[in-house]
Amino acid sequence: MTATFRPRTLAPPGEPPSTGATRTELVVDRIACDGFGMCAELLPELIELDDWGYPIVAAGGVPAQLLDHARRAVAVCPVLALRLARTSTAPVERGAGGWHGKPPPSVRR
Amino acid sequence: MSTQILWFTTRGAGIVSLILFSAVACLGLLAVARTQSARWPRFLTVELHRNLALLSVVFLGIHIVTAVLDPFTHLGIGAALVPLASSYRPLPVAFGVVSVYLVLAVIVTSLMRERIGHQVWRAVHWASYAAWPLAIEHTLTAGSDSFSVWLLAVQGAAILAVGAALAYRLTSGGTNRSRLAAVAGGTADPVAVDPAWRNH
Amino acid sequence: MNPRLFAGPPAAAGPESHAEHVARLGRVPLDSAAPAVIPVLEASGLLGRGGAGFPVGRKWRSVAGQTGGRPIVLANGAEGEPLSAKDRTLLRLRPHLVLDGALLAADAVGADRIVLYVGSSHRDARESIRRALGERRDLRVAIDLLHAPDTYVAGEESAAVHFVNEADARPTITPPRPYERGVGGRPTLVQNVESLASAALIGRFGDVWFRELGRDATPGSALVTVSGASRDGVREVEIGTTIGELAGEAGAGASPYDRQAVLLGGYFGGWLSTERSWDVPLDPIALRAAGGAFGAGVVAFLGNDRCGVRATSRIMDYMAGQSAAQCGPCVFGLRAIADATARLATGRPERDDLERIERWSQQLAGRGACRHPDGAVGQLLSSLRVFGPEWELHQRRRPCTREQVASIAPAASRAQVA
Repeated sequence: MTATFRPRTLAPPGEPPSTGATRTELVVDRIACDGFGMCAELLPELIELDDWGYPIVAAGGVPAQLLDHARRAVAVCPVLALRLARTSTAPVERGAGGWHGKPPPSVRR
Repeated sequence: MSTQILWFTTRGAGIVSLILFSAVACLGLLAVARTQSARWPRFLTVELHRNLALLSVVFLGIHIVTAVLDPFTHLGIGAALVPLASSYRPLPVAFGVVSVYLVLAVIVTSLMRERIGHQVWRAVHWASYAAWPLAIEHTLTAGSDSFSVWLLAVQGAAILAVGAALAYRLTSGGTNRSRLAAVAGGTADPVAVDPAWRNH
Repeated sequence: MNPRLFAGPPAAAGPESHAEHVARLGRVPLDSAAPAVIPVLEASGLLGRGGAGFPVGRKWRSVAGQTGGRPIVLANGAEGEPLSAKDRTLLRLRPHLVLDGALLAADAVGADRIVLYVGSSHRDARESIRRALGERRDLRVAIDLLHAPDTYVAGEESAAVHFVNEADARPTITPPRPYERGVGGRPTLVQNVESLASAALIGRFGDVWFRELGRDATPGSALVTVSGASRDGVREVEIGTTIGELAGEAGAGASPYDRQAVLLGGYFGGWLSTERSWDVPLDPIALRAAGGAFGAGVVAFLGNDRCGVRATSRIMDYMAGQSAAQCGPCVFGLRAIADATARLATGRPERDDLERIERWSQQLAGRGACRHPDGAVGQLLSSLRVFGPEWELHQRRRPCTREQVASIAPAASRAQVA
């Protein structure tokens, strides 16, 4: 059904998501989320669904012109798993010894 | 003459409210069952469920106000607020009163959902499983023309619709959550409950 | 190198008693006996040894600076990683060093309670700690010994806190992180037992002493658990020892061709081929640069007669089963990946199994409440890199070039003291 998945790393074109050190982000409560998928229906620019119907949220925050749609997506979730949060764009402190963040680019055969 | 208008309005608003609440009940059951088709996205079920619920409260309000004001039934405010306080058909009216209270609890908690959290909201929402049958019972017994053919037909249709939706809900496999432990442990195949992307 | 954590009686002598411990090292330097320990820890550059490698001094400072109530210290000895035996060995042989570290931490952050969180199946370690608690007369704070469930994720920070709070060792949604609000809603310092033991030594001997070993950004020594060698077990090594040097000491071969690959960090870590990694130093920064990870100090060699595809598929099956089963992407993703790797390993793959596991792995990172799926797919992607040709063979249903036996045996818990 799906073609090869291309992870989203860029916000869609339009106003930049942050005008300062904070931006608005969509945060998924991964434990509450049950894969209803309505958020992706209402905000396809930023939310895609994986093979099991769970949301993959594009990185980069919510641009201003999509904020209303984002709020609607947050409101529709039957289990309140989606919320909007103001976050700082400063890099997060990480340890040196473990496995963090995205896996390295995929193997080319 | 005006009492006739009040009586017609009470009956009319009440029946419209019942039809709308029945639709709301169907949509709620279908939403949890994750129904969708190529032309009916899932968010539509949820948003329609919520909007129709608010609309039916309007008709419910009209029904209650006109019923209290109607001199034929001698209902006072007290009868509308306290179950069994009515001198006119106390038990049927009481069904209605209790049903309204349950509906109000559901509506208010739903409007405050983000503040009270999902667990509390869900616990109160179970009350709707009692509110709707009480409303049907009230419709059947509180009105003076309950057994007219058309009203029976309307109620029959409402009962069938909600019954069908309930049956569909019970056979549609529940949430993913109930299957997570089995899938992780390898005793169930990693197949989600109707993944939402199928019809995108 | 002179042992530090394992200085003192030999491993065969069993747990070190309090009397021996005090005779060798003196009493634990609490408040008035020594300068405040947090700046010393920061200067020492000690990194956490639980897997994340977060600077220990900075962590203690964060907890000390919280205002949400009296802090609590949680000494994390759950050690759910099957390939790691260092924490249980340290707890068994040097319980007083760990207790010293916990007391020092409690003193430094102002805690009034210590929770010792030790894996239920590590019976020797638990017995040793229990006996050690009985031996001491200098415990100024309440200490509880809790048995951590034997699951992989029980040692995760928020899972440990969740267990203490509600007897449920599953990770929770963060924020808030434990250092802000943890046990009983109070700031909680969750620290690996090896980190605490090292802190106890730094508290006595100072940061300059600690930096006499190791390298600038990653000083000191650390415990590693070696498997797949003729002298498997827990060893203390100087940070910066190369993988080849460790292999030589532990009996995993004299040249990179004596082994095929090495799994570093744990089941949540990464594979490197021995050819490319023989001269890579065991230090967190160098390993990251080489595409690996120090993690929990696991160094598991894979013999030439073993199949990397099979080993990986066993690991994926274990990791899928060890999911806390709270988040859909982890549960469905890891199980689907594990099933696909099992099909590939046993020679009955579907046409696009290899492509699928790559795609699913890329989708999975960061989409669980904890880092369990990230670790599992990170290990898988490194396996696809290192064992690329074998994965291809298995996808095309060609006979495997390695023997059909494949496993990485769980670590022995013998301590090998250099």
